[in-house]
Amino acid sequence: MSEAVQSLADRVRAAADAGTRLRLRGGGTKDFYGGTLEGEVLDTRLHSGIARYDPTELVVTARAGTPLAALEAALGEKGQMLAFEPPHFSQSGSAATVGGCVAAGLSGPRRIAAGALRDFVLGAVLLDGRGRVLRFGGEVMKNVAGYDVARLLAGSLGTLGVILEVSLKVLPRPVEEQTRRFECSQAEAIERLNAWAGQPHPISAATWHAGVLRLRLSGAAAALRAAAARLGGEAVAAHAAAQYWDAVREQRHPFFSGDSPLWRLAVPAGTGPLALAGEPLLEWGGALRWLRSDLEPMLLREAAARAGGHATLFRARNKSAGAFAPLNALQMRLQRGLKAAFDPQGIFNRGRLYPEL
Amino acid sequence: MGADERNPAIEPRRQQAVAAALRAFLPPQSVLYEAEDTRPYECDGLTAYRRVPMVVALPETEEQLRRTLQTCHAMEVPVVPRGAGTGLSGGALPLADGVLLSMAKFMRVLRVDPVARVAVVQPGVRNAAISDVVAPFGLYYAPDPSSQIACSIGGNVAENSGGVHCLKYGLTVHNVLQVKGYTVEGEPFTFGSEAPDTPGYDLLALAIGSEGLLAVITEVTVKLLPKPQLAQVVMASFDDVEKAGAAVAAVIAAGIIPAGLEMMDRPATRAVEDFVHAGYDVDAAAILLAESDGTPEEVAEEIAHIKAVLEAAGATRMTVSRDEAERLRFWSGRKAAFPAMGRISPDYYCMDGTIPRRRLGEVLRFIAELEKKYGLRCPNVFHAGDGNLHPLILFDANDAQELERTERFAAEVLEKCVEVGGTITGEHGVGVEKIDQMCVQFRDEELEIFHAVKRVFDPKGLLNPGKAVPTLQRCAEFGRMHVRGGQLKHPELPRF
Repeated sequence: MSEAVQSLADRVRAAADAGTRLRLRGGGTKDFYGGTLEGEVLDTRLHSGIARYDPTELVVTARAGTPLAALEAALGEKGQMLAFEPPHFSQSGSAATVGGCVAAGLSGPRRIAAGALRDFVLGAVLLDGRGRVLRFGGEVMKNVAGYDVARLLAGSLGTLGVILEVSLKVLPRPVEEQTRRFECSQAEAIERLNAWAGQPHPISAATWHAGVLRLRLSGAAAALRAAAARLGGEAVAAHAAAQYWDAVREQRHPFFSGDSPLWRLAVPAGTGPLALAGEPLLEWGGALRWLRSDLEPMLLREAAARAGGHATLFRARNKSAGAFAPLNALQMRLQRGLKAAFDPQGIFNRGRLYPEL
Repeated sequence: MGADERNPAIEPRRQQAVAAALRAFLPPQSVLYEAEDTRPYECDGLTAYRRVPMVVALPETEEQLRRTLQTCHAMEVPVVPRGAGTGLSGGALPLADGVLLSMAKFMRVLRVDPVARVAVVQPGVRNAAISDVVAPFGLYYAPDPSSQIACSIGGNVAENSGGVHCLKYGLTVHNVLQVKGYTVEGEPFTFGSEAPDTPGYDLLALAIGSEGLLAVITEVTVKLLPKPQLAQVVMASFDDVEKAGAAVAAVIAAGIIPAGLEMMDRPATRAVEDFVHAGYDVDAAAILLAESDGTPEEVAEEIAHIKAVLEAAGATRMTVSRDEAERLRFWSGRKAAFPAMGRISPDYYCMDGTIPRRRLGEVLRFIAELEKKYGLRCPNVFHAGDGNLHPLILFDANDAQELERTERFAAEVLEKCVEVGGTITGEHGVGVEKIDQMCVQFRDEELEIFHAVKRVFDPKGLLNPGKAVPTLQRCAEFGRMHVRGGQLKHPELPRF
């Protein structure tokens, strides 16, 4: 056990003994996300670095405190990437970490084609609420020994334990990318995106905002030429396109600035335009709908649920309505049970996911 | 391999009581307890372990299933769920004091939505049937375990099944959006969603691959993909198995993710070629099958790239499938590898370890040494793209001594997989078969977490007990008895 892990484990054991609440934190870039921040800060950044990376295995193992940018740079040098394009949300002076990235479980524009962060988690080393260092999953693509605890940690917001190390599947970067632009209504965009998704087009990102649909195509040069011809639209200059997708991923696009509450609605992709007051920006072929809206949280959540999805209060000054959609009784019983299995004293990130966890 | 430690005798009075309770709401033909009716359920695809269940229940509706679970829970009867019974790890091995819950009658396709690209099916629907039903829409369900014509989607969810295309298209966990079902207490639940995610912990991820230990599912929503316009496969020969392994790494290093990337060694290709005449090069030490799919432009570019990489890696012969018939013929050999072994040996025992690909040469040399040590043949088929090995030990189960040698052979291979940084099972599950090797892969603290997770869903431990996760006592016993490399652990301690 390294000195850093030893010191983290000592802190956790002491907190468990004393019943002290701990707030797990990497760069703090996602402090805004989720529920309340409670407890003494346990900084994961002293446990840092890429532990193992062999590009031909398509797997990288990194410690929790590794800056996400450093990990992505190391992958980029070998022509590889984190295909789920996790948002960093880094500000000057604070850099996202790998541990925080997995704990938040957020994915970026490429999720539409490549899958979500949880789809790329292969293994994890966890420091549980008793201060024990536990290893789940591994560094291979296929592994069905034991319950899939490593994947369960994706999006758990640090409520189950300290993610010390994580193994992620990586993929080659696409040879070429091209962005196409179309002017159309939201309803037309949703219809087109769903029709295209049922055909083998190399679409790797799609947004609709303010009457403009943008598609990013990724793949071999010949395939992109053929797809562009079939799909139509006008080409966007490469540099502007790269900036645009980065701005969407990192929420630096002007849509995301300002103070009105930012809602994240996850719905089945085919759901028609939601009749909700506020400005929308669609991603993931229509399955992710960002909404700037001052509507009653209850109304929004009911609308999302009717569509077969859920609504998260992503950024807001007032989160008294709860960051995440409420769970039914059985779900909450199971989730509380899982929390207690990993963190029996309830010391980690209390209230970050739900007040009950 | 490890049989389980539970009591093997059926108690007639208990059997009568349980059958009577189930017949109160199940039709007579849905409750089996006469030995001639229950015997067909005595084993799954792993035939080395057999046990006749106390009672077999075959509910036909969700309401019947819910009441079956409630009744068993109230009477504290263990329940072993079963799909098509094709599993290779004994995950559906019955219990002599338990109800074998067959989901075979849940075989309807409930909904196909070609626009949303989802199909909602009951768990007894066969894997291949999903792709057949949605084919008119130009869609398919990607995971394709070799048993896909027989295995059910419910079993695929329980085992997190893979197949030959999972490097590019993922496992069951990447292709199932939602499951509905009942807890052991008969409470209905939905895990996952047709939306891209759900709030709270990802219970869908936890349920998939849980080997029937956490809940019983009644409905599965799968993701459908547009069928690639074209697929072509390159078949390449190598004069050395390790060169073939290095070629696989070279393909990945070149930034290519083939739709399928499979390897077979000479003993495997020879057995298969005699059986299905796939056109394999039986003189090669190993052959690779590398598939590309996509638009015609993508495939043309990728096939040319793959050929160039394989040639530079020392391929001695390469053939590209000219049409769909030839492509399917090349794959037919790989998919028929297991039955082909059945023709050249009375029995075969299939392993399922996964290793980091860079250790392939070392592991294959280790297996070759074990062939000599145990006097048993072991051809290898290998999902090369994702590191999942399927060595097949050939043996005769009627020879008790040979069976025992096979078990020791297999145990050594699995432990080698763990030692090189891999896992004891890539896609077949632990079941009863690899339960002792779980003690090698995981420490007591990790197994304790698994047991704690199980208790959250099933506090009384009634769902498929004795499978997948060993008790700590069992591991302690196994550790004491375990001989490794001719040496007991802690040889300084007195024994017996």
